[in-house]
Amino acid sequence: MYFATESTARWIALAATLADLFVALPLWWLFDPQASQMQFTEHVAWITVPPIYYSLGLDGISLPLVLMTVGIMPLCVLASWNAITTRVRGFMAMLLVMETAMVGVFVALDFVLFYVFWEAMLIPMYLLIGVWGGANRLYAAIKFFLYTLVGSLLLLVAIFVLYFYGGHTFDILALSQGTYPASLQMWLFLAFFAAFAVKVPMFPFHTWLPDAHVEAPTAGSVILASILLKMGTYGFLRFSLPMLPDASRIFTPMMVVLSIIAIIYGAYMALAQVDLKKLIAYSSVSHMGFVTLGLFVMNQQGIEGAVLQMVNHGITTGGLFLCVGIIYERTHSRLIADNVGLASPMPQYAVLLVIFALSSLGLPGTNSFVGEFLVLVGTFLWSKVATALASLGIILAATYLLWMIQRVVFGVPSPHHLPKLRDLNQRELATLVPLALLVFLIGIFPNPLVSRMHQSVTNTIASMSRAKVAPTAPPSAGLTGPLLAVGGEQLKIQGALR
Amino acid sequence: MSLYGADLLALLPELIVVLAACLVIVLDPITPASRRDLLAWLSVGALALCLGLTGWQINELNVRVSAFSDLVVVDAYARFWKILLYGVTGLTIFMSLPYLKAERVHLGEYYGFILLALSGMMVMVSGADLLTIYLGTELMSLSLYIMTGLNRAKPRSLEAAAKYFVLGAFSSGILLYGISLLYGMAGSTKLASVAGAIGTRGADDPLVLIATILIAVGFSFKLAAVPFHMWTPDVYQGAPTSVTAFMAVASKAASFAAFMRVFVEGLGGLKADWSVLFLLIAVVTLVLGNVVAIVQTNIKRMLAYSSIAHAGYALIGFVAAARGVGASGGTPGLASIMIYLAIYSFMTLGAFALIGMLRKGGVEGEEIEDFTGLAKRQPLAAFLMLLFMASLAGIPPTAGFIGKFYVFMAAVEAGLAWLAAIALIFAAVSAYYYMRVVMVMYMRDPDPSSVEQPRLVASPALSFVLACAVAGVILFGLYPNPLVSFALQSVLTFK
Repeated sequence: MYFATESTARWIALAATLADLFVALPLWWLFDPQASQMQFTEHVAWITVPPIYYSLGLDGISLPLVLMTVGIMPLCVLASWNAITTRVRGFMAMLLVMETAMVGVFVALDFVLFYVFWEAMLIPMYLLIGVWGGANRLYAAIKFFLYTLVGSLLLLVAIFVLYFYGGHTFDILALSQGTYPASLQMWLFLAFFAAFAVKVPMFPFHTWLPDAHVEAPTAGSVILASILLKMGTYGFLRFSLPMLPDASRIFTPMMVVLSIIAIIYGAYMALAQVDLKKLIAYSSVSHMGFVTLGLFVMNQQGIEGAVLQMVNHGITTGGLFLCVGIIYERTHSRLIADNVGLASPMPQYAVLLVIFALSSLGLPGTNSFVGEFLVLVGTFLWSKVATALASLGIILAATYLLWMIQRVVFGVPSPHHLPKLRDLNQRELATLVPLALLVFLIGIFPNPLVSRMHQSVTNTIASMSRAKVAPTAPPSAGLTGPLLAVGGEQLKIQGALR
Repeated sequence: MSLYGADLLALLPELIVVLAACLVIVLDPITPASRRDLLAWLSVGALALCLGLTGWQINELNVRVSAFSDLVVVDAYARFWKILLYGVTGLTIFMSLPYLKAERVHLGEYYGFILLALSGMMVMVSGADLLTIYLGTELMSLSLYIMTGLNRAKPRSLEAAAKYFVLGAFSSGILLYGISLLYGMAGSTKLASVAGAIGTRGADDPLVLIATILIAVGFSFKLAAVPFHMWTPDVYQGAPTSVTAFMAVASKAASFAAFMRVFVEGLGGLKADWSVLFLLIAVVTLVLGNVVAIVQTNIKRMLAYSSIAHAGYALIGFVAAARGVGASGGTPGLASIMIYLAIYSFMTLGAFALIGMLRKGGVEGEEIEDFTGLAKRQPLAAFLMLLFMASLAGIPPTAGFIGKFYVFMAAVEAGLAWLAAIALIFAAVSAYYYMRVVMVMYMRDPDPSSVEQPRLVASPALSFVLACAVAGVILFGLYPNPLVSFALQSVLTFK
């Protein structure tokens, strides 16, 4: 720690994250989309009493998330290259600890191991925000820390309860096969909800997010938005749905309503922001609402859309935060009013910002369109009203993003800023262009991604079909009768396939 | 003499510690001040000898040697605690070397008193008779009173000693009164006879209940459980930091060991009654400890309240043991306390070792504010403190998480999931004040106007203590198997 200069620390971090990327990338081709079980598993005894294993594996849900994580991390290192000038060694070390924990969360197949990874990122993230953050960083850091910690600790109790009811095992796959009394499931669901809803964040547990995003350094914001939030939705998908199918059905109306509130409320809040980072933070609340909505309508389209949207949001919002970071390095302001009319001094930057904004609002041809479309189709099968309300979020997204673009890119420039602004350098292009390419790649050819998650989503739905509680009737059952029949047919077909 | 040969053999580690203590006190006047380190080394040597002896005495798990017609027993349970106490005492001695010199109170008899306190604790963990345990408690407490007042130049140290003495004597009186009631009922102070008498007289005898409550109160003082915790903050703050560490760790561990043996082996028949009592005490203890710790500005005081809260967590394990059902019974609960306190020892010793040697112009920096900007001046020291604080808060992958893991798992197994949920919410509260130390170290810049910034004064002895503490915090966090299986085996002979 004392032998490396700051520049060496940067190169070491870049080399480590790139090495991770190149180690993980072959998984994309080695992964067998037809296989229904976990792949690339590792299973080593860790603690004897109670039996806890260092147990890892990938399926179609975790594969895209792992690849997204290892893909985003080198960009975070690059984005911090010149932005972080104090205690560089510590910063880079924290980024690498975060990467370990985040990949661990997505691949852990033992509940305790998952929990250890889940909690292990608390302190590094606390330090990332608190040491290298903005003016109000102390408040934001401790708020992030406490919110997530309270939720996680309730999760720990739920893990113990599952252990004793689920045959004295912490194996996630075995626990997903168990059946638990519906009343117990409801308690467990609420405990899971406390941990995952804070992380997503779902309305009304989202209040830590704007603070944390605004105060965190660029790399911290990108990690938060692109990866950390996905851990919440991943938790719902990996634990709540398959382990607690009855409770998931009972709580579906609540989850859908909260998702729709998040979509609309987040969008309205984004509309009112003058700070670019806050705007994107609230847009994250809105977009993550789509993900939870897709998960809890609990059909193939909804869940596949949700997983796709998790990846898409990681790419798009990561790109947007990187863009904000780049302009902040030049003008030292994140306010829209201070960054007006960038199209003429920074044409390359303007193009990339527009690409990410259009992707974020779900323009056809970009990645988010595919994800949001699938989520909405899934929701449509569940309830027309919910779909209509959720679509409102897309319209609002177009409003706040285009309005932002109108001012930041095409506004009348304020003269005193312009001479200083130079366009993107090679390093900055290297952080943004890969993400922009992915925006179009997934937008135009989503199938390789969707086909890899298909089998795992089918498995999840199959394990939910063990529920004894009937699927909750949507609020407007009368209107959607025929459509529900279609949905029901699909469920039957899936059942037959299984 | 030959009649007592086996008895004396069983008590050999205790005898060695007492002899070493006497030797230190006798040698002290004839040792020049510059060579007082030798007395510390003598004490450590005695500890090493005892460690070997204790390991040799109980090399099989089911052995239960009782000596002096069942006044003391040597079993795997006592062995666990003794080994922990040797380790803690050894680390305290190493921590004291630089600390006492810096405070200019490097007195030889200090090591004698540490050893005497240790011998008291060893009698406590081995005692199978209420009076033996009482004598051990008193020997420990009297030595600690003196050690608390060691720093005669500091009024706070003297005040702490006086307060500790008065309240401690009071609590001993209550404990003794409870013991006398039990003696009146059972005609013997042996735990086995008491258990038998309770079995014949039934659990709802008011005399038994009163005696149980009195004994519970007496032990609650020693454990610093609410509402008998009042002495803790003042004493922890006033005592020399090395003594505070010793009290927070060793005396708590020994008190828990004796407490568990008395209540499980002696008063086990009243489980249903006292488990409710300790349930209440546990909840109040961890709530009060954690909440009051938030407003402290002195780090020793903060850690005093934190040690109160940690006693609350350990008591949850005890309630879980009492409510334990099924084949495993109370084993997971009792073992969880042993795991918890062993881990607690490492992180608390580490934190106090750092606090004691964080010095500003020859004075100990014991305010939380003194840690401001430590990460910039001494990144390694700040990082160690970060690890200790994270471990105290129970954040994985540190050992503190493992401690909480086993306690709460036992609680859930005993059907106390709601209690675990409450306790964990307050664990989040505790994270707030532990993280505040991290915050001032890493996120605040020191006040530029102050001339002298506190620095950690390094020395080989301190480095050794910190290395041991941090090794415990990391290794048991990543690989707790050895500790867990040791605790589980040690609790087997003990019902």
